[in-house]
Amino acid sequence: MNLRPSSDTIRLIVPALSLASLLAAVFWLQPRAMSYIGLNLLFNLAVPIALATIAQMLIMAVNNLDLSMGAFVSFVACVAATFLYDSPLLGVPILVAAVAAYALLGVVIHLRNLPSIVVTLGMSFIWTGLAVLLLPAPGGHAPEWARWLMTAKPPLMPMAIVASILIALLAHFIVMRSSFGVLVRGVGGNERSVERAGWSALAARAGAYGLAGAFAVAAGIALVGLTTSADANIALRYTLLSIAGVILGGGEFVGGRVSPIGAVIGALTLTLAGSFLSFLRISPDWQIGAQGAILIIVLALRLFLNRIENRERRR
Amino acid sequence: MTLFHGLFKKPWLWSWLAVAVVWSATVMVTGGAGALGLSQAALTFAAFSVIVGIGQMFVITLGPGNIDLSVPATMTLAGTVALKLMNVDNGMIVPGLLAALAVGVAVGMCNYTLIKLLRIPPIIATLAMSFIVQSAAIWTNRGLRIKPPSLLAEFTTSSTLGIPNMAIVALLIAVAAWVLLEKTLYGRWITAIGQSMAAARMAGIPVDGTRFITYVLCAVLAALCGYLLACFSGGAALNMGAEYLLMSIAVVVIGGTSVAGGDSNVPGVWGASLFMFLVVSMLNTYGLGAGVRLIMTGLIIISVIVVASGRRARQP
Repeated sequence: MNLRPSSDTIRLIVPALSLASLLAAVFWLQPRAMSYIGLNLLFNLAVPIALATIAQMLIMAVNNLDLSMGAFVSFVACVAATFLYDSPLLGVPILVAAVAAYALLGVVIHLRNLPSIVVTLGMSFIWTGLAVLLLPAPGGHAPEWARWLMTAKPPLMPMAIVASILIALLAHFIVMRSSFGVLVRGVGGNERSVERAGWSALAARAGAYGLAGAFAVAAGIALVGLTTSADANIALRYTLLSIAGVILGGGEFVGGRVSPIGAVIGALTLTLAGSFLSFLRISPDWQIGAQGAILIIVLALRLFLNRIENRERRR
Repeated sequence: MTLFHGLFKKPWLWSWLAVAVVWSATVMVTGGAGALGLSQAALTFAAFSVIVGIGQMFVITLGPGNIDLSVPATMTLAGTVALKLMNVDNGMIVPGLLAALAVGVAVGMCNYTLIKLLRIPPIIATLAMSFIVQSAAIWTNRGLRIKPPSLLAEFTTSSTLGIPNMAIVALLIAVAAWVLLEKTLYGRWITAIGQSMAAARMAGIPVDGTRFITYVLCAVLAALCGYLLACFSGGAALNMGAEYLLMSIAVVVIGGTSVAGGDSNVPGVWGASLFMFLVVSMLNTYGLGAGVRLIMTGLIIISVIVVASGRRARQP
């Protein structure tokens, strides 16, 4: 019997360990956080970030990068707070069209072999522009069901944790266990060999973009459910947070190496880092800087573990 | 005829053509009035994009994945530190400039140290670094708005022979960058690294040293831009670099530099910077709102990259 953990498991150890130690530190600093309400407060904002991180991960799985994630989530939040609240019959088609636009983006990027960074950079202006047209000033109302969903109080575990686990399992099933997920990661690994094997890399890329769009739409709705109103810049920082979350969770920029469970853990870690720093009573001036430092420390830790992994393999 | 043919193969030509079109379209609406003012404003504001754009261009030339996201934070920190040191004293202009440049050197060194030692992708390394630099800027700034020394404020906002001083500074930097890129060993090295890092290493090029210098150069140019921008706008603000993150990437790409690396273009950065400013002022002249303006900017970036990549695809 082989008791040696697989390399995928080892890759999950770092994110899981960083989350656990950060959580332990928070509990030690503030024991009152160790409760149903405390945990919910700590992780509440993590749900939309986790969804956006999964969306970014799908795009990174096909070796692309989405610099418009934050702008798109803000746009969805604005649609959800206006059309989806006032007239769902209009709001739902708009969101479906937005997902279709994402899939189309994948098609265009694939066919013309465009650099995804630049195309999504341009798209970020377009999404922000549309959001500004919809909501020139902060406002709007959250749809009742989104509000209900985000403030639900399931027994035993707070909603934020239940939702994170469900998101992680769903994404894990799609990306790691379905044939579509294998295809998407195959395109990231070696596009040419996927095409030679008779699959359509175009369809895989379009599918990955479309699915990313769907997850990002969910992120926007979840965000409005939490904040009850929206504005055009509400989620701009999600672009960088989602990229950092994927990397923290053990994903790579190229090669189709991604981990959905790791990505959700990465998003939780980033959210918790903010709370941890405020519990530490670090001066607000240095809060952003300390988040950068945490990012660097976790990545250094990963490098260290990767070295151990490689040494084991050579033996 | 061959000259004409050769000219059309230059990637920077397109951005300059676009500048001419947008400039005429704006001046036509105003009926010729304000043509001089528009040109001067365009030259001044484009100058700042050119300075950061050239730094970013060197980094992007290093190949796929190389990008510096710490540009806005570096600009803010350099501007803040320099203004604080100068403290409205004309005698401190040179020490202030040196302090700003020192900030750039330090940030660039830290960036590459992270990339090399921790083997972090540059996009994440410079992002993490920018968080720390931004915090340092907040800590130094403390909400104070110190005015620049009068001589420096005068220099950055006035013109010589009708050409804004900022544009002259940016032009000198652009010429220096062109010489550095086209005529020196270092320029050939970064182009070679961008085309194939493995081949460059095999050929005996000091890859690490060259990449290190490039990241430092980019941060120094960002710091210089922050110093000038802070003096131009009458004080350092914490968000003064924010729009230059996307701007620095956009002007490089629209200017005809290959995102895949190994093929860069200095005149194109100038053309693209003027273009980006003129588009915004054109849409303003037409009386369009912020939302429409953003959408148009996005559509223009995407169409430029679609057209540009089609042109490149046809070449072997």
